[in-house]
Amino acid sequence: MGETEGKKDEADYKRLQTFPLHSDMPEEMRVETMELCVTACEKFSNNNESAAKMIKETMDKKFGSSWHVVIGEGFGFEITHEVKNLLYLYFGGTLAVCVWKCS
Amino acid sequence: MKVISETGNLEEDEEPKELETEPGSQTDVPAAGAAEKVTEEELMTPKQPKERKLTNQFNFSERASQTYNNPVRDRECQTEPPPRTNFSATANQWEIYDAYVEELEKQEKTKEKEKAKTPVAKKSGKMAMRKLTSMESQTDDLIKLSQAAKIMERMVNQNTYDDIAQDFKYYDDAADEYRDQVGTLLPLWKFQNDKAKRLSVTALCWNPKYRDLFAVGYGSYDFMKQSRGMLLLYSLKNPSFPEYMFSSNSGVMCLDIHVDHPYLVAVGHYDGNVAIYNLKKPHSQPSFCSSAKSGKHSDPVWQVKWQKDDMDQNLNFFSVSSDGRIVSWTLVKRKLVHIDVIKLKVEGSTTEVPEGLQLHPVGCGTAFDFHKEIDYMFLVGTEEGKIYKCSKSYSSQFLDTYDAHNMSVDTVSWNPYHTKVFMSCSSDWTVKIWDHTIKTPMFIYDLNSAVGDVAWAPYSSTVFAAVTTDGKAHIFDLAINKYEAICNQPVAAKKNRLTHVQFNLIHPIIIVGDDRGHIISLKLSPNLRKMPKEKKGQEVQKGPAVEIAKLDKLLNLVREVKIKT
Repeated sequence: MGETEGKKDEADYKRLQTFPLHSDMPEEMRVETMELCVTACEKFSNNNESAAKMIKETMDKKFGSSWHVVIGEGFGFEITHEVKNLLYLYFGGTLAVCVWKCS
Repeated sequence: MKVISETGNLEEDEEPKELETEPGSQTDVPAAGAAEKVTEEELMTPKQPKERKLTNQFNFSERASQTYNNPVRDRECQTEPPPRTNFSATANQWEIYDAYVEELEKQEKTKEKEKAKTPVAKKSGKMAMRKLTSMESQTDDLIKLSQAAKIMERMVNQNTYDDIAQDFKYYDDAADEYRDQVGTLLPLWKFQNDKAKRLSVTALCWNPKYRDLFAVGYGSYDFMKQSRGMLLLYSLKNPSFPEYMFSSNSGVMCLDIHVDHPYLVAVGHYDGNVAIYNLKKPHSQPSFCSSAKSGKHSDPVWQVKWQKDDMDQNLNFFSVSSDGRIVSWTLVKRKLVHIDVIKLKVEGSTTEVPEGLQLHPVGCGTAFDFHKEIDYMFLVGTEEGKIYKCSKSYSSQFLDTYDAHNMSVDTVSWNPYHTKVFMSCSSDWTVKIWDHTIKTPMFIYDLNSAVGDVAWAPYSSTVFAAVTTDGKAHIFDLAINKYEAICNQPVAAKKNRLTHVQFNLIHPIIIVGDDRGHIISLKLSPNLRKMPKEKKGQEVQKGPAVEIAKLDKLLNLVREVKIKT
């Protein structure tokens, strides 16, 4: 049991640490954004606010103004977003990240 | 004193004078100053020959002009804002966990698939798989789209005909409480199709399994104007377009849907051919068709009826035609094989041809019906107005003959409950009800116009409907009124002749076809579908036994009268 669990964890880790649950973005944009989120979350692994800050600022610079980022482990949301500018992904088995644009 | 004042005055005087002189002196002073400066500069210039030229009024003139500036206008424009949608989700630990587990399973599946593929050549395998999946997804998409479109069509139809749908389900004519012994028919949907516009409805049949689906055969009763034929299947859920559509070269004269296989429709044509259509295969062509070689009739086929599967589990059906033959068709190994069951001979009028052979003029069969319980017994109606009771086992003799009508018999029908009673209608304006053991009819109804079709109601042994060529539908209930129709209603415009009528097996509606290709569905008002009245304290028994008993009572009354007379 322990072995299988260990294998599973490894598999979990090796496989996607993140996968996008719901994404509205064009492929390129999505890939970039996902990488950015991963970087930010790893960098600020104990501080969600600064991770979100980093993501938001970078997105604003790259893709235009008024991005919103929410990072957390337990929340529900209902948002209005511009079409083709939404990414909702899970990271590292516990975190959920939601990034959307709405000016 | 004066001196002071004078001096004062003088001073005052002097001040103004001084004042007056001051400006003058001031002007004198700058002029003097300027002159002094000019002179100074003139004195200086010889010392510095290179000096910038002074611009003054005498050696410099400045000119300026202003071009016309266009007036300024404000322009605004607003583009459409980028489209927005809402999105909502919840992020919980358990949701995250579930999602990861699902993902893991998916990945494992794809890994297994890849492993299974490795023995086969990988690249070509993958290409083919991709092509297949893309094709499948295309056809799947089309199928899904067509299903979605179908549902949409039905919803739109329901909305358009909403009041009719409500009437169909819930409307019961309240006035029936006051009208004793009379009922009405409420018109519901009307079915018509452009392609079948000029054709008459020649056959109607409800599907035994899908109770809202019915089949309509289109052809022409006119001997001179024969054209193509059509077979359409309509559903009550979509009155504007048929569910299935088949066309044929020759007019469809009759059809029957198999009880056990509700996707098989047997069809008889004007040119004598019979065909079987398989609704599961949406080709326009019949799955099986008879031909001149395989023994088709030489005259129009007036009625077909499915029978029970024969001993080899082959499907078979019977057909009757004007050429006097009743033929049993069996589907053996994908081919239609025919067996002549009976030849309708006109009794008593055999003519002798010189060579000693006896010619039997052949009667023309126009309608038949099989007994519900006694399998081998069936009735055939002919163009001469006679009805023969026949058995499948005897091919040359009839069990009985009834001199039924003066003109051709259009329909014969056994009562669904009472095993001894049958009904016949004819173009001689009459509908007759018989007991098959008695040679004379029990009840005769004259309807003032050629009767196209009669049908027994499935819910009562004493109710039946008849349609006539003057566009009227008549409903009779023998338990209520033995001599007259309890409902007599024009259903179509006077010019349209009604050709067929059928009761639906579960809903209280009838469909009526006319010779213009229209089908009208009508709801029976409560008076028309009366069940036996409950007496206080007695239970109402339902079931075929009651129906049979009801009809028996009536028949006995008539029989007693007859015996007396």
